[in-house]
Amino acid sequence: MIRFILAKLLYLVPTFLGITIIAFGFVRILPGDPVLLMAGERGVSPERHAELSAQLGYDKSLVLQYFDFLGRLMHGDLGNSLVTKKPVLTEFLALFPATVELGLFAIILATVIGVPVGVLAAIKRGSWFDQISMTTALVGFSMPIFWWGLLLIILFSGILGWTPVSGRISLMFFFPNVTGFMLIDSLLSGQKGAFGSAVSHLILPSVVLATIPLAVIARQTRSAMLEVMGEDYVRTARAKGMPPFRVIGIHALRNAMIPVVTTIGLQIGVLMAGAILTETIFSWPGIGKWMIDSISRRDYPVVQSGLLLIAGLVMLVNLAVDLTYGLINPRIRAT
Amino acid sequence: MKYLSRSMIAVSALALMAVAAEAKTFVYCSEASPEGFDPAPYTAGGTFDASAHPIYNRLTEFKKGTTEVEPGLAESWEVSEDGTEYTFKLRQGVKWHSSDTFTPTRDFNADDVIFSYDRQGNADNPWHQYTPGITYEYYTSMDMPNLIKSVEKIDDYTVKFTLSQPEAPFLANIAMPFASIVSKEYADALDAAGTREDLNNMPIGTGPFKFVAYQKDAVIRYAKNPDYWGTAPIIDDLVFAITPDSAVRLQKLMAGECHLMPYPAPADLEAIKANPDLTLQEQAGLNVGYLAYNTTVAPFDNPKVRKALNMAINKQAIVDAVFQGAAAPAKNPIPPTMWSYNDAIQDDPYDPEAAKKMLEEAGVKDLSMKIWAMPVQRPYMPNARRTAELMQEDLSKVGVTVEIISYEWGEYLQKSMEAGRDGAVILGWTGDNGDPDNFLSVLLSCASAGEGGANRAFWCNEDFSKLLKDAKVTADPADADQALRRRAGHLQGAGALVHHRAFDPVCADVEQGLRLRDEPAWRFHLRDRRSGRVIRAAAY
Amino acid sequence: MTETTAPLSDAAIRRQMLVEFWFYFRQNRGAVIGLIVFSLLVAIAVLAPVIAPHDPTSQYRDAFLVPPVWQEGGSAEFLLGTDAVGRDMLSRLIFGAQYSLFIGIVVVAIALIGGVIIGLVAGFFQGWVDNVIMRVMDVILAFPSLLLALVLVAVLGPGLTNAMIAIAIVYQPHFARLTRAAVMGEMKREYVTAARVAGAGNLRLMFRTILPNCLGPLIVQATLSFSSAVLDSAALGFLGMGAQPPSPEWGTMLAEAREFILRAWWVVTFPGLTILISVLAINLMGDGLRDALDPKLKRS
Repeated sequence: MIRFILAKLLYLVPTFLGITIIAFGFVRILPGDPVLLMAGERGVSPERHAELSAQLGYDKSLVLQYFDFLGRLMHGDLGNSLVTKKPVLTEFLALFPATVELGLFAIILATVIGVPVGVLAAIKRGSWFDQISMTTALVGFSMPIFWWGLLLIILFSGILGWTPVSGRISLMFFFPNVTGFMLIDSLLSGQKGAFGSAVSHLILPSVVLATIPLAVIARQTRSAMLEVMGEDYVRTARAKGMPPFRVIGIHALRNAMIPVVTTIGLQIGVLMAGAILTETIFSWPGIGKWMIDSISRRDYPVVQSGLLLIAGLVMLVNLAVDLTYGLINPRIRAT
Repeated sequence: MKYLSRSMIAVSALALMAVAAEAKTFVYCSEASPEGFDPAPYTAGGTFDASAHPIYNRLTEFKKGTTEVEPGLAESWEVSEDGTEYTFKLRQGVKWHSSDTFTPTRDFNADDVIFSYDRQGNADNPWHQYTPGITYEYYTSMDMPNLIKSVEKIDDYTVKFTLSQPEAPFLANIAMPFASIVSKEYADALDAAGTREDLNNMPIGTGPFKFVAYQKDAVIRYAKNPDYWGTAPIIDDLVFAITPDSAVRLQKLMAGECHLMPYPAPADLEAIKANPDLTLQEQAGLNVGYLAYNTTVAPFDNPKVRKALNMAINKQAIVDAVFQGAAAPAKNPIPPTMWSYNDAIQDDPYDPEAAKKMLEEAGVKDLSMKIWAMPVQRPYMPNARRTAELMQEDLSKVGVTVEIISYEWGEYLQKSMEAGRDGAVILGWTGDNGDPDNFLSVLLSCASAGEGGANRAFWCNEDFSKLLKDAKVTADPADADQALRRRAGHLQGAGALVHHRAFDPVCADVEQGLRLRDEPAWRFHLRDRRSGRVIRAAAY
Repeated sequence: MTETTAPLSDAAIRRQMLVEFWFYFRQNRGAVIGLIVFSLLVAIAVLAPVIAPHDPTSQYRDAFLVPPVWQEGGSAEFLLGTDAVGRDMLSRLIFGAQYSLFIGIVVVAIALIGGVIIGLVAGFFQGWVDNVIMRVMDVILAFPSLLLALVLVAVLGPGLTNAMIAIAIVYQPHFARLTRAAVMGEMKREYVTAARVAGAGNLRLMFRTILPNCLGPLIVQATLSFSSAVLDSAALGFLGMGAQPPSPEWGTMLAEAREFILRAWWVVTFPGLTILISVLAINLMGDGLRDALDPKLKRS
C-alpha cells in the first residue's frame, strides 16, 4: 500500500511542474500591460512606465522571471497582488473557506439527494418515479447554471422573498472570524439565529452549484446499481428468498458505491468550475469570483498563484480519490 | 483613476427606519471591494468610499455637493502674494481613533501632516515602500512631486507648503482622498511592532467612523467615532455589504438587506422610480463620454467630414438605448453643471440627409472606418459595444461601413493612444476636482496629444492650448480669460468629439431613507453627486 | 455474438451494425425525442435566413424592449419581443442556433481529431512517449475546465474563434485518454498481431485497424462534449469572454441582457431556455447512443 501511495506521489512531481509552467507561462503571455491598467484613462508617461515595470520585475526575460517565480514558490512566497498589494496567499486563505463551505454544502446536498434517488430509480426501474427522476436529472445535467441562478434569485429572493439575495450571513450578526467557515463560526459565536441565517444564505448558491453534480450522481448511482443488480450473486441472493431491502442494502449498494464514490470525488473539478459562475452570480466572496476578477484586471501574481493553488488542490483531491478507490477495491493496487 | 470615472446614482429604501431606530446600524451595499484602507496608494472610487471618507480627513474638504473647498483638518490658511506659499493653521484637539492594538497618546498635529505628504513624495522616507510594489499613482498623476517643493512645520499647529509654481486648484487637490492625513504616531508604533502593513489593513484615522473589521470581498464594519471633531454621526454602526452586481444590489435593497446602494443599472431606473419604497436621487454627473476620431488621419483631418459623421449619429438613440434615458446629448466637452459651461453652443443636428450631402461635398465616398468599443463599463459609457452597434447602424445609412473592434482594457488604452491609430475611439472622462481645466487640458491640449497623454483625437490647436495654460496659473477662477478659453475650446474642438453625458451621482438621500431628517448631522461620507469624485456628501 | 455463418462483405456488416444500432436507439423514447428536437435545431439553423422574420442585427429604433406578443404592449411583428436596441428576439434566437451548432461541431472536431491522434500515438508507442503525453494531459486535466478556458481566452483575446479553440484544448485530453485506453486494450488482441504479421505499417495499423474498433466510446464522448461545448461557450459568452456582440450567440445575448433581469424578463429567459432545450436534446440523444453502442448495457 505504501509503495502504491509513493508511486502515486511520484507521478505528481512532473504534473506539478507542468502546472507551474502553464500557470506562469499562460499568464505572462496574456496581452495587456498591468502598468497601463493601473493608470487607466489618464495614461502614464514613458519614463514612469519603465520605472513601474522595473519595480514589478516585468523588464526581465521571461525565463528569468519563471525561475524567480519557482524560487519564491519554494520559499512559500506566492507574490503580492498588483491591485491590493497584499500577499496572494493571505488573500487566498481569506477567501478559500467561503468556496469550500459552498462546495462542501453543495456536494453533500448532491450526495444526500442523488444517491437515494439513484438507488430508488434503479430498484423501480421503468416506473414513473424512475422516468421522472431521470428526466429531471438529465434536465439538471443540461442546465446552464448561470441562467438557472438568475432565475432562482428572481423567484425565491425577488418574488417570494424566502431567501436572502446574496452574502454569507445577515449583517446584523457580527462575530469573530475563527475558522472562516460561516456555519461553524456562527455556532461558535453563540448568537441566537446566526446559524440559521448562515444556512439560509447558503441554500440558493449551493442548490445552483449542486445542480449538475446532483444529476451526475443520481444517474451514476442508478446505472451502478443496475449493473450490480444484474450480477449473479445478487440474483442468487434474491433467488434464495432474501428480503429485497437486505439484498439491496448488503450486496448491491455496497458494491455500487465504489464507482459512485469515484464520481463524487471527480465532481471537485466540476464544482470549482461551477463555483466561478455561482460566485459571480451570488456575489459570493470566494476563490472563483476572485479569479475572474483578477483575470480581467490582469493581476498577474494572483492569476498565476491562484491557478497553481487551485490545480494543486484538484490534484490532491484526485490523489485522495485514487487512494480511497485503492482502499475500497484492492484489485486496483496491483496495476 | 480609471475607477474614478464612474457615476453614481444612489437609491435608498424607506423600510429601514425601524432597524435603524433600534440598532442604529446602517448598511450600504457598496459596488466594489476596497483595494486597501490606506487611500494614498490607490485610485479606485470604491476604495476611497471605504477608506478616505469614513475613516480619514484632509487639510481641506469639499463642501457637500460642490467643488468648493472648506476647512478640514486645517482651520484656516493663507496664500502668499505670488501663490506659491500656503500656510495652514491646523485644528486643535482632533483625536485619533483607538483600536485593540493602538491607543493614541497625542492629538493630531503638524507631524502627521508632514508624514502624510513626505511618505508619498519622498522616496527616501522609510514608509515610501512599506509594502512591496506600493506606488502613489494619484499623487504622481496630480503632479505633486514636481509641484510641492517642501512641507515645513512652523509649530505644532502650523504647516507651510511651498510650491514650485502657482497652482490655482491646489486647495481642491489636497481635498482629494490621496491627501488623507494618517497618524505618524501609529506608523511609529507599527514600525516598532514590525507590522507595517497594518497601516493598510487596520487603519487609524480622524474621521467620523472607526474601522472595525473587514472580511475580504464581503463586509466592512465601522463604528461611530464618539470623539469626532466635526458633527458626530448619528448612527452607531456603519456596514458596507460589498455587492458588485448592480441587479443583486437592487434585489438586496428591495429585500431590506441594505439601506442604500450606489449605481443602479440604467435598465432598472424605471422600476426604481415606480417602487414607492425606494427613493431615487439623480443629478447630472461630472463626466462626458465621447467618440474621438483620429484628427491626424485623412479623411478625419477634415472638420467637415467629422461634422458630417457627427450629424449622422443619432445621439438621442444612444441616450435611450444605452443609458435608458439617464443621460443627455452633450454639445460641449465639459458637463453643463460645471462653471464656464457655454450654453450658447449649437449642437450638430441629427440629419442623415445633410450628412450624406456633406460627405459627398468633401469628396468622401464609400468610406469604411473602425469604431473602437471599450470592453469595460463606465458611468459615462455603460455599454460601449451597444453604443458602437447603434453608431454602426446610423453610419451605414449615410454609406459609411463601420467595423467594431475591441481590445482587452489595458491594451485598448494603450493602442488607442498610438500615433496614426486607425479608427475612432469610444471613451470618456470624469472630472477629478471640478475644474474645467481637468477636462479641457487633459482631453484637448497639444501637450496631452503625445505619448502618455489622454488626447485620443490628437486634436492640437496651439492657440487653444496657450489659452489653457494661461488660465491655469491664474488663481482667480472668475478671470475673464478662463471663460474665453473655454469658448474657444468649444468652437474649435467641436469637430473632434461626440459626447453624451450620464446623469449621475446622486448622493444618497440618507435623511429620507432613514427619516432622520430631524436628527443633527449624520455624515456618511460618500462620493457625492459630482460623480465619481470623491467626497463626503451627506445628510446634515 | 460473432457467429459467422457465411462470410459477409464489409458493407453488409456495416449495414447490419447500423440496423442493429437503430433498433436499440429507437427503443429509447427520450433519445428519439432528442433526435427530433436536434434535427429541428439543425433545420432551423440551416434555414435561418428563410424562416427568421427579421434580420438578427437590424435595429428597430422605435421598438426598444418590446415585450412578447402575448403580453400587454407586445406586437405581432416581434413574436418574442425585442432587445435593448430594438432587435427581434426570435430572429436572434434562430440565428443563434447556427452559432451553437457551429461551436459544437468545431469544438468536437478539434478535440476529437487532436485527442484521437495523441491517444493513438500514446497507446501505440507506449513507453516514454506515452508517459510524457499522459503527464501533459494530467496537467491540463488538473485545471477546472472553465477556469483554464477562461485563462486561454484571456491569452488569445475574447472572441468566438478563440473561445472554441480554448474549449477544444480543454476537452481534448478526455478523447486522448479514451483512445489510449482503447488502443492499449486492442493492441493485445489477435487481429492486431495478425495485421502486424501481415506487414501493416504503423499508420495503417493505427488508423485502419485499431481505430475503428474504439469508435463506440469515442462517439459517446463526442456527443457529451458537443453538449458541454454549447454550455461552456455560453458560459464564456456570459462572462464576456466568448462570442462578442452583436453576434446573436445565446450566452452572449444572456450576458447583454443581464442588466434587464428585473425590467424585461424575455431578454433573459428565452436565450437561457433555448440553451437548455438544445443541450437537453443533445444529451438525450447521447444517452440513446450510449445505450445502443454499449453492449454491456444492452443485455441488462
